[in-house]
Amino acid sequence: MKPARFDYQRPRELGAALALLAGENVTAKALAGGQSLGPLLNMRLVQPELVVDITAIPEMIRVEESADHLVLGACITHADIEDGRVPDVTNGAMRDVAAGIAYRAVRNRGTIGGSLTSADPSADWVSALAALGAEVILRGRTGTRTLPVEDYVVGALETSLGAGELLEAVRVPRLSKPTRWAYVKKCRKTGEFAHAIGAVLVDPERNIRRAVIGATESRPIVLADARELFGGGPDISTPGAFDAHMADRILLNAGMGDPIDRQIHVVTLRRAVAQALQ
Amino acid sequence: MVEQGIGARLTRKEDDRLMRGRGQYVADIRLAGMQDVAFLRSPIAHGRIRGIAVPPQYKNAVFTSADLVGVKPIRAVSSLPGFKASEQPVLATGKVRQVGELVAMCVAPTRAEAEDIAASLTLDIEELPAVHDMLAARAPDSPLVHEHWGDNIFLETFADVDITKAFDAPIKVTRELRTSRQAMCPMEGRAVVAAWDSRLEQLTVYTAAQMPHINRNGLSECLSLDQAAVRVVSPDVGGGFGYKGILLPEEICLSWLAMKRGHPVRWIEDRREHLTASANCREHHYVITAYADRDGRLRGIDCEAHVDSGAYSSYPFSACLEAAQVVSILPGPYDFEAYRCRTFAVATNKCPILPYRGVARTGVCFAMEVMLDAIAREVGMEPHEVRLKNLVRPEQMPFDNITKKHFDSGDYPQALRRTVAAIGLPEIRERQKRGETDGRLIGFGLAVYCEQGSHGTAVYAGWGVPMIPGHEQATARLTPDGGLELRVGVHSHGQSLETTLAQVAHEILGVDTAKVRVVLGDTALTPYSTGTWGSRCAVMAGGAVASACREIAERAKQIGAKLLQADPASVSFRDGRVVSASGDVGIADITRTWYLRPQDLPGDVNRGGLEATIGYKPPVDSGTFSYAAHATLVAVDPELGDVEILDYVIVEDGGKLINPMIVDGQIYGGYAQGIGTALYEEMPFDSAGQPLASTFADYLLPGPTEVPAPRLDHMEVLAPYTLFGQKGIGEGGCIAPPAAITNAVNDALKGLGAELYVSPITPRRVLEAIAAAKAKQAERAGVAA
Repeated sequence: MKPARFDYQRPRELGAALALLAGENVTAKALAGGQSLGPLLNMRLVQPELVVDITAIPEMIRVEESADHLVLGACITHADIEDGRVPDVTNGAMRDVAAGIAYRAVRNRGTIGGSLTSADPSADWVSALAALGAEVILRGRTGTRTLPVEDYVVGALETSLGAGELLEAVRVPRLSKPTRWAYVKKCRKTGEFAHAIGAVLVDPERNIRRAVIGATESRPIVLADARELFGGGPDISTPGAFDAHMADRILLNAGMGDPIDRQIHVVTLRRAVAQALQ
Repeated sequence: MVEQGIGARLTRKEDDRLMRGRGQYVADIRLAGMQDVAFLRSPIAHGRIRGIAVPPQYKNAVFTSADLVGVKPIRAVSSLPGFKASEQPVLATGKVRQVGELVAMCVAPTRAEAEDIAASLTLDIEELPAVHDMLAARAPDSPLVHEHWGDNIFLETFADVDITKAFDAPIKVTRELRTSRQAMCPMEGRAVVAAWDSRLEQLTVYTAAQMPHINRNGLSECLSLDQAAVRVVSPDVGGGFGYKGILLPEEICLSWLAMKRGHPVRWIEDRREHLTASANCREHHYVITAYADRDGRLRGIDCEAHVDSGAYSSYPFSACLEAAQVVSILPGPYDFEAYRCRTFAVATNKCPILPYRGVARTGVCFAMEVMLDAIAREVGMEPHEVRLKNLVRPEQMPFDNITKKHFDSGDYPQALRRTVAAIGLPEIRERQKRGETDGRLIGFGLAVYCEQGSHGTAVYAGWGVPMIPGHEQATARLTPDGGLELRVGVHSHGQSLETTLAQVAHEILGVDTAKVRVVLGDTALTPYSTGTWGSRCAVMAGGAVASACREIAERAKQIGAKLLQADPASVSFRDGRVVSASGDVGIADITRTWYLRPQDLPGDVNRGGLEATIGYKPPVDSGTFSYAAHATLVAVDPELGDVEILDYVIVEDGGKLINPMIVDGQIYGGYAQGIGTALYEEMPFDSAGQPLASTFADYLLPGPTEVPAPRLDHMEVLAPYTLFGQKGIGEGGCIAPPAAITNAVNDALKGLGAELYVSPITPRRVLEAIAAAKAKQAERAGVAA
């Protein structure tokens, strides 16, 4: 199929992009790498009158590293991260995640901000960045606001992006050296969207123990304190203490009724736990 | 000179063009004034059209069945007794019977604008109850796809050979098996450009097709045009697999539109149309009881099979091809004495089932081979031991089996033994005892099949479908510079015929293959042929090319004898030269003299010239039987249901291999598709008959990382009835993998008591089978307590 007719603009200033997107009499969509929006346009599942290409805006491709954080513009591509063209503050975690996204052709164009904003529950960054404790910086015509990634993605294909707002950048906290991390996804074939994701982050220096169960029907399940998966003790150190029944109950409470779906999510998380703590 | 004849691993001639992106496919064609077509298709599986509202500004750009006056529906009728004919309207008339059925044709300068027009139409349609399950379609209260039939059965077939003799067998194993509906996925979809040439008064249809002459038959029939007024050109084709052997309603629509409007029009199928509206295949259901002795000797097979044939009988193979073949080929390469089989080709509100590489054999091999493993488990024998008890033996050849299939040659037990030796079964059994450190379960699986290929006149006359192959023809023409043109009516879309047919010609005439040009895919340039299907080209087109080249060699000999001033009876033709006792003359000298210096020839020279069209078929044309044994080692993750292929061995017999490298390529490609059938590919439907996989995100195909390199070994038992001993092998690679992989998974899971009988083997099906086995054990334990 071919897209319905639309106009195309590629502004070089953020303010101009925001003005175009907030236009009163026009339905507009922001285009970054086009790896999700492109097929949606082709299949006419979205039919905006105006497509605003945001890849020429300096803020959108910026990279800022500080002592505590790395800020990546929304249009940084998966391949930029995979290839190390941007700094890394995650002990290589983000490079590994990026290298496993879809296929290289998708990674060459697909962007970190576009992936979060498309908000496919099976997409890697939706779960991985939530597990890393990353935040998004949203820019509207009246200013910016910052949200944790898990609050940005509110459901399947649904974000808390307001009308006329743009995801401008992602802010990733720097992990301490002894941080243990694992990210496991279950796919039926290389490059396919995940059927289950398990991610675990244990950063003792920052007193952070997070776990994420992703690729559900909706937003990922983020356990900000993963000790509840280990009997609630003071720390988590051995994979053997992982409580699969508790994980199963969490999924059931989150509305995952199918026992096979729950099984693959629990096993995937358990394997992430084993990798992280081994 | 590099070896170029039969048996040489010659590099493909067509690769220089194809690998550099210089091929030309239908979508590359640009004609002046060409416009694009998009179709409005039925959004529902079954309904009655009450009206189509066309916005006034588009009324000259939209066409419905009411406009197609005089255009006949597609009819593919089999002469088998009891066959019920369907009429597939070119554009829907009154009723729609499948999602994606063509309702209206919209034409505009670009495809996007044509889609805009299609989106502006309002379809008023009354939804009727749909039936999308072939077993439900047999129920007396089922909705009817074609009301006047009174039921949903295209065709019922039946065979019974002494089945009662098997009933006292000590081992009786019954299983229900199913192969899911798939979509064939050539890289290039269907594509049509149609143009009317007012000078020639001829319709030219460029179409991605395997069988251009058959397309011409169908087009001239549906459009009531003289055959000479239709030219079908099939340029480079990006894979066929059967999908491009079908006459599509789109081809007829575009042809009509080109004549109506006077300018060229085109339609390029998109992937959604391809997956949801057209390229479906493979859906079988079996209930089989196998009878055996305790030593594994098969006593009999009793089967009831259903094939979901979809809404219409497709042209030219008809809706009978799969189900009727199941009756005759289910016994496979096994020799046993009692057999009963009843099959139903069932109409449902889904796309017509089309013949996909392997056709019915893939389903049949799955059913039979999975049953043999079930017997092996029941009698406590290794899978290959049971098969060795039952395989047809080399000393029985030629062998007429229980359904009167004439096996021409082969050593099936040897293929099986070599396969089992190569995969190392004792080591696998040891490793299974040790267990895997990662907790996975490994399993060993086997499958043996036979592939009847190049079957000819009598076989197809028996089906009575609108396409019966006769003598395959080829034209060989020497050119003034000593080159050779071959014109053949089959087509090449991955088969490498530009190379292999040149090798055949080289074998006869000695012409350098670089100077052999193979002309394909154009009804105006090639002799009539039923085209490329049924693993027939190496035997049939190869035989025809050899026959034409032999005729040319004979004529060249006559001319050469004149030039050598020798008696034609005293000269011979060797390595491209005519040789007499006193001297010799090469082909280039002979062609130069014949065409450019006729004054050098005496008046009584043979006037036949250096061009000949000759027909060929083997003296026995019931088909060649190539075969193979496949063995695999898989690892199953019992927690996630994933299956990984750790090793895969194929030992096949294609008779004389014209180009062993190309045969390897055919096997690799088929094997990859077989893995797709085994583990990934499935077209699901919802309860209203809506296809649920409309993109490759939902319809999974194996990629490079899912297709580990198989290990190949060839046997070359020569076919007795073909010119060089060659056998058709084009489809074999995809026939056995679903059976072999399923058997391996069941072997891996046998300790858990779980068995799978549905392809593809998805993680969910594996986990469900394990959960069901656990529940059963728990129930038994409960009863015991």
